[in-house]
Amino acid sequence: MNRFWGFIRKEFYHIFRDARTLIIILGIPVSQLLLFGYVVNTEVKDVKLAVYDQSKDDVTTRIINKLTSSGYFELVKNLDSDNDIEAIFKKGKIKEVLVFEPDFAEKLEREGSADIQLLADATDPNVARMVAMYTQNIINSFLKQEQPLATVPMQVNASIKMYYNEQLRSVFLFVPGLMALIMMLVSALMSSISITREKELGTMEVLLVSPLKPIHIIIGKVIPYLLIAFVDSLLIILMGNLVFNMPVNGSLLLLMGECFLFIFLSLSLGILISTVAPTQLIAMFMSMIGLMLPTLLLSGFVFPIESMPEVLQWFSAIMPARWFNEIVKNIMLKGVGFMYVWKQTFILLAMSVFIVFVSVRKFKIRLM
Amino acid sequence: MMGNGKVIEVKNLVKKFGNFVANDHLTFDVHRGEIFGFLGANGAGKTTAMRILCGLSKPTSGEITVNGFDVYRQSEAIKRTIGYMSQKFSLYEDMTVAENMRFYAGIYKLPRSKRLKKEAELRDKLHMPEIMNKLVGSLPLGWKQKLAFSIALIHDPGIVFLDEPTGGVDPITRRQFWKLIYEASANGITVFVTTHYMDEAEYCDRVTIMVDGRIEALDTPAQLMQTYGASSMNDVFLTLARKAKKAVG
Repeated sequence: MNRFWGFIRKEFYHIFRDARTLIIILGIPVSQLLLFGYVVNTEVKDVKLAVYDQSKDDVTTRIINKLTSSGYFELVKNLDSDNDIEAIFKKGKIKEVLVFEPDFAEKLEREGSADIQLLADATDPNVARMVAMYTQNIINSFLKQEQPLATVPMQVNASIKMYYNEQLRSVFLFVPGLMALIMMLVSALMSSISITREKELGTMEVLLVSPLKPIHIIIGKVIPYLLIAFVDSLLIILMGNLVFNMPVNGSLLLLMGECFLFIFLSLSLGILISTVAPTQLIAMFMSMIGLMLPTLLLSGFVFPIESMPEVLQWFSAIMPARWFNEIVKNIMLKGVGFMYVWKQTFILLAMSVFIVFVSVRKFKIRLM
Repeated sequence: MMGNGKVIEVKNLVKKFGNFVANDHLTFDVHRGEIFGFLGANGAGKTTAMRILCGLSKPTSGEITVNGFDVYRQSEAIKRTIGYMSQKFSLYEDMTVAENMRFYAGIYKLPRSKRLKKEAELRDKLHMPEIMNKLVGSLPLGWKQKLAFSIALIHDPGIVFLDEPTGGVDPITRRQFWKLIYEASANGITVFVTTHYMDEAEYCDRVTIMVDGRIEALDTPAQLMQTYGASSMNDVFLTLARKAKKAVG
């Protein structure tokens, strides 16, 4: 028995003296619980709202107040004409526009019903669905509160219109997200594994002793993955279109250009990982846990960014896939041009430059 | 071109990593066609020195030329004229023998005719014509070793650097491998070899023994054994290592 306890004690030494094991057994449950608890949150909060109030009366003001005081909505803009609606959706910040018909209060009083239009940006169908539902519920509770004893209840007829994705098809959400994920997988994971494999095999050393310049070795290693990832992205767009009727409303050329930028970024991440990771296994773990998981959880692919706590929204801002997602949705669904995605493009570009700079430095240090 | 047939000239080579001195004023020459053994315990600084000679790392100070080229300014030229083989053999296991040869021939810009000649030579050497289309991963260790050596010589380098080339290989295979080394040396190729097998040290023309970053001894194996009154290179090495320990303690 003594021998047995000795064995168990030895195992605890291994666990407590190895920082990595400690991180796994303590860090992972805590971080995953917090992450999933907060991220996997189907509630939507602080939805950016714009109002086109053609009536501007007491009732519409109170409805708007009721909406904004609920905590779910935040009034960002008052519109003066319905021409502005399309433009404001293209900018991407505002998720819902409420349109009150003229003489809203009067109609409600006189005819017992009035019309309201509820326009939602359905590039993220889950968010759009929820936003529309919340709005309706809040308006209904407002009416009940106004006339608790009325025998013939007053009615607000809400006509809902989902912009860019009328049938709320979730595939429109998944295609851009999947594109980001697969390109990360092919570019970052595969290239980092393939570079570390050469390190493990010792062939990297032989290549470095040869007249090839290090930069040529790296470029030679990543070009195949660049091509494969590019073909993959075309494949996803094509299949999305043929099988799921996902449109490409904007310029295909622009879309391909953005894909290229994102692949380039992912490849530089792969190179960065390979300069740090000594073995294929570690490269794989780093790509999986450091890139894939956050991409899946924080890029807005599976869970809406709007409903994340602020800290995670900050994390989501450093996820390249988040910006790529926005770009792809904007181009494919909203059909916008470069003017509407230049900001996201610039962020991706800046990230690429930064990562390339860091990995070149790391690579040089390793050679010293 | 290279005075006195010296292909490697090293004067006061120093390499520091921060405060740690990995190579402390090394001075030695290697002659053309010589088998030059570089011995030392792990961490004695053999690999560091070899990496500098191969152009993989820059020295902190010292005058070093390889094949007449300066290691500070002409590492590209050095890389073109040397061969290198590591303990790991460094072959692509998921490629055939011919594909491996073609890949390395391409890196050194070998013309096709020359590559085919090299392939034929290898076929003869291994006595197995069908081997060219076999995956390297399926070959026995000894063959991989021979193949790696042939590939290190594919561009007819003046010097070949072998970093513990016989590590993990059985004694018979090791002996066969040394035959290849002698052959290369007879063809005028300089062989610079690190090892910690002391019996192998006796196969070298001249031997350097490194202890704690310094060269403790440099001579022919016979001369070294005589100087230290030892019956084998192993004894020579132990004497030097013990002396180093005393100096520290």
